[in-house]
Order: sequence, then structure tokens, then C-alpha cells
Amino acid sequence: MSAEINLTLKVWRQAGPSAEGRFVTYEADGISTDASFLEMLDIVNERLIEAGDEPIVFESDCREGICGTCGLMINGQAHGPQKGTATCQLHMRSFSDGDHIVIEPWRATSFPVLRDLAVDRRAMDAIIGAGGYISVNTGAAPDANLTPVPKETADTAFDAAACIGCGACVAACPNSAAQLFTAAKVQHLNLLPQGQAQRWARTEAMVETMEAFFGSCTNHGECEEACPKEIPIDFIAWTNRDYIKAKVKNRKLAG
Amino acid sequence: MVQSMTRVSTPPPVRSEPKIKLPWPLSIYQTAVGKKWVMGLTGAALLGFIVVHMIGNLHLYEGPLEIHEYAETLRDLGTKLLPRTWLLWIMRIGLIIAFALHIHSAYSLSRMSLAADQRYPGGRNYIAANFASRTMRWTGPIIGLYLFYHLADLTWGWFNPDFVRGDPYHNVSESLSSIPVAILYIVANTALAVHIFHGTWSMFQSLGVNSPRYNHLRRYLAAGLAGIILVGNLSFPIFVQAGVIDDNGRSVVEELQQNSAAEGEDH
Repeated sequence: MSAEINLTLKVWRQAGPSAEGRFVTYEADGISTDASFLEMLDIVNERLIEAGDEPIVFESDCREGICGTCGLMINGQAHGPQKGTATCQLHMRSFSDGDHIVIEPWRATSFPVLRDLAVDRRAMDAIIGAGGYISVNTGAAPDANLTPVPKETADTAFDAAACIGCGACVAACPNSAAQLFTAAKVQHLNLLPQGQAQRWARTEAMVETMEAFFGSCTNHGECEEACPKEIPIDFIAWTNRDYIKAKVKNRKLAG
Repeated sequence: MVQSMTRVSTPPPVRSEPKIKLPWPLSIYQTAVGKKWVMGLTGAALLGFIVVHMIGNLHLYEGPLEIHEYAETLRDLGTKLLPRTWLLWIMRIGLIIAFALHIHSAYSLSRMSLAADQRYPGGRNYIAANFASRTMRWTGPIIGLYLFYHLADLTWGWFNPDFVRGDPYHNVSESLSSIPVAILYIVANTALAVHIFHGTWSMFQSLGVNSPRYNHLRRYLAAGLAGIILVGNLSFPIFVQAGVIDDNGRSVVEELQQNSAAEGEDH
């Protein structure tokens, strides 16, 4: 049943990357419980614009949980209290009338705040750039089933490939480690036959790029809970194993 | 057509390249995942020692002569191949190296994580992280300081005026009969069990020992080992305080040694 609730928002406002940030409290009255969290922020922003204030800057794109653009720390939880969803899939029916909601951007040294709730996530792009691809000749599409892949392998690779690169794992991690993101991006290729040619080079390059920007995993498991795609930390263990293998094999191949 | 590849411009890295690149395989230790491997392997070695140490100490319940004999057996290990106490010293040196690497990797990975992490001024909720995983950086130093005290107390005898070398029963009962010392042992061994609870599970992840069929057993193993270590190690201060382990201040081993020395003079 649709209802209207009144909320008190404590939102992080920051004018720019080097500006001092602070919390600003806003009253968000008459919010429909059918609104998504981002629609609620849209409503608040419209009211701010009407009142002549600066709207709250936040990122969003597809608003259906597949692009990885949105991402907010809501009451100390990445993507809010609902498990397995991105911020855009969180609806206001998860909150009750009179709730206080603290909204912060992702925080990590390598995620500098651009403005308000938007952060710079290019460090994750650098990890992908280091090896999150396979090199193949382009041209006509290959025949279907040309390369046989067992069903279980395909399923597991797809579980990893579900990563949308939102950065919730880094945001939720007490060490700001990007291990789950990197592991998902390494393993969805390492598991498949198409990813074998560059397997060891990829693992080494991506893990070492990750280490340049993010903290070290201590196996809390917070990332798995925060992940909107519920990617398991098993991929982290497999990547750790592949990394040491890569260190041995790359040396052997390089002579 | 020209394909252009541009490097992604990024915020400055939080971790710089090592100044001196060590030769392989030492270079593996210069990476964070490599350090986690070393932490896992040294942790496994230290855990093995802790389990054996606790089980060996159960000889205390047999009596003063039995644990004295057990201690002598350890010194006699490998005497068919090596001079006496050599094998024991080889194992001790291995443990010292493992302990040093365990501490160094923890220290340098913690520094890396602290540099990468930013606090949430609005606070954060922990969902998966448990008390053990969040206190590793506290229980670790507690165990380190306790280990120093433990060696100074029962191996070197610095804090024990009645210390008799080679009589563990006497030394343990003299030392742990003091209430503050007993409390120290209880607190430190609880910290050890908490550290083992997260460490054992974490070790499998760091070493990449992960197989969906057996993964659920890792938590049971961690809880089981932590529980066994906790019960075993806490029993010693508790039973000394309860008077079960008590030699009334007389060292049976010392008397034995004096008697055999006297017999030697007689003949």
C-alpha cells in the first residue's frame, strides 16, 4: 500500500574535491513509499531548486541496478539496508515515518569526493585497464558453441561477471580494499577458456594495480554483504591462488 | 584507422613501488597478496606450535616428574642424527622467523590499509565483520607482549625468585599462584583464542584454499581450534589457583638432581 512518510535527511555536502565537507540536515516531508531512494533525492532536489538552493549532487544512470553508477552510504551501509540491491533499487518502503537517514558518499583515499555524494572512481578503471579484457580478433561472430564451456563453469563465471563496478565493496570494507571488485573482474575471465591465454599476465597486472590504490584484504566479508550482485568472497580466495601461481608461471615463461 | 590507447588518469596511488626490487621469490613478499600468503603460512606454523604446546603442557596434570621428562624428551629429539637440542633449536629458529614475518607482514599491511581507508563521519554498520576480525590489530600486540612476559617468566625466570631451570611443574605453580599473573594469563589466552578464531578462517582465504564443497567446514575448524586452545590454556591458571597443580614450593626435580649428584660423590 502506498503511503506518505516524513523523513529527516542528514546529507554530506561538499563544494568540491578540496573543499571542507559537512553534514546538512533536510526535512523530506510527504515522500511516497513507492518512490525509490534516488527519486526521493530528486524530490528533495526539486524543492531545493525551487527554494533557490544548490541541489544535492549524486550519480545515477540506469536506475534498475545494472549500470553501477549510483552508490550511497545510507545509515552506515553501502547501498542501504536492503541486501543484494543497488541504491536505485532501494525503495522508501524500507523506511518508516519519522526516520533519520544519514547519507554519505563512498569513502576511500582513492575515491576522492568530487562534489557532495559523487566520488571519483577512476582507480577502478585503472584496474580494468590493466587486464580486465581478452584480446581476440574482431570480425564475424564465432559459431555458437565453438568453444565448449561446462554449465557449472559458465554459471560461476557469470556470478563473477555480474559485477557492475559500483564500488560498494570498497566503500563497505574497513580496509578500503578493492579485492572483491578485482577478484570478480579477474575470475570471470580466468574461469573461461577464452580468458586462458592472458590468465597469468592479467592476474598479476590487475592485482598489482589494485594494490597501488586500495587497502589490503583482512577477510571481514563486509564486501560480500554490501555487494548489490551478492558476489561471494570465494572469488577473492581463487584470485589469491591465481596470483601466486602467476608469480611463478610468469617468471618461468619470461625465462 | 588508428586505435588510440590512453592510460586512465587516476587519483595518486596510496602505495608506492618498492625502492629496491628484491629478486624472485623474495619479490612476492613485496606485494600485498604475497604478504597475506606469508601471513597465512606463518600463521599456520604458529598455530601448529600453539596446539602442540598446549597438548604437551597437559603433562602438568600427570605430575612434576612426567612433565620434566617430557621437556627432556623435547631436548632429546633427533639425537640419533644431530647433537642434543639441535633439532629443538632448529624448530625454535623456524618459529622465531615465522613470528617475525607474521608481525612484519601484519604491520606493513595495516599501514597500507590505514593509508587507503577514510573514516565515515556519520558512522558505519558492520554486518559481516565479527568481534574477532575487527580486533585482530589489538589481539595481535596483546599476544606479542604476553609472549615476551611468558618467556621471561617461565623460560628465563626473570620475574620468578624461586625459578628452577628444568622444573616446569614447580615454575608454573609458583608463577601462576599469584592472582595478577593468573589474570594476565587468562586475558592473554582469551585474546589468543579470539585471534585464532579469525586467523584460522582467514588463512584459508588468503592462501586460496577454497572449495565450495568444504567451505562450510572452515568456520567449524576455526571455532573448534579456538575453543580447544581456550579451554586447554585457561585450565592451567585456573587449576593452579584451585590448588590442583601445587608443589608447595618444593622442587622435586631439584631434589632429584641433588640426590643424583650426591650419589655420584658417594661412588
